[in-house]
Amino acid sequence: MKLRDFIVPEAVIPELKATDRDGTLNELVTALADAGALPKAAVPEVVASLIKREQNGSTGFGKGVAVPHVKHASVAKMSGTIGRSTTGIDFAALDHQPVYSVVLLLSPENQPQQHLQAMNIVFSNLQKDIFRKFLRQVPTREAIMDLLDEADQGK
Amino acid sequence: MRPFASDAILSSDGAKVPMSIATTDCSRPMPTISRQIVVSNERGLHARPAMQFVEAANGFKCAVSVEKKGDDPMLVDGKSIMAMITLAATQGTELFIQAEGEDAAAAVEKLSALFHDKFGEDP
Repeated sequence: MKLRDFIVPEAVIPELKATDRDGTLNELVTALADAGALPKAAVPEVVASLIKREQNGSTGFGKGVAVPHVKHASVAKMSGTIGRSTTGIDFAALDHQPVYSVVLLLSPENQPQQHLQAMNIVFSNLQKDIFRKFLRQVPTREAIMDLLDEADQGK
Repeated sequence: MRPFASDAILSSDGAKVPMSIATTDCSRPMPTISRQIVVSNERGLHARPAMQFVEAANGFKCAVSVEKKGDDPMLVDGKSIMAMITLAATQGTELFIQAEGEDAAAAVEKLSALFHDKFGEDP
């Protein structure tokens, strides 16, 4: 599996307007709905599920990145997006540091293998110092997608 | 693009440790314990179980690593959540938990039990 298989380019937000966790989740899920990845009517419920998931245990796994994720019946095809913050967001991260890059993943119900594969490719890249650095620094949505292409080709 | 390329991995294979390191305390060799387990919960080793594992592993002094063999072999640091998630271990996957250090036996016991109990997920 590749990042480009599920990251929806139109939903990528190079500069988040939101400055807190819940606002960030809402902004990213709304962007995915605007891009057609889920029905707009499902946005509040999906956001509520993501918030509940974060409350059970932060997906801010450290090093300035968070990977909020949830499965939901309204999602027909696994879809993800990326949002960035220059100010940093409090995700109650494991290392207590602000989050600058958020990779959000929505999965259909009953697709645990696909979900694990997507998490594998996301974290294989996020573990790399150079990938995290570029992800945070490249200027535009197009540059972010180019970075993902490069990561996919390096696999 | 191996997931552990950027993270230091502690070798759990005593034979590969250079003699100069291995002999720093030859009176008390560090026990190394390895045990094979099977991922038995339906959703596999997704983020929440991986977190449970890492939290438990970090409660021990010993080094913990987890190895997956087969088509897509990898060896990851069992104390790193990011590394553990890259295992992408689905239901039925065989993993080897390896611990090296004074409390290795207790660690392997506790970490194996998490898999056995399906991380509290399935009935």
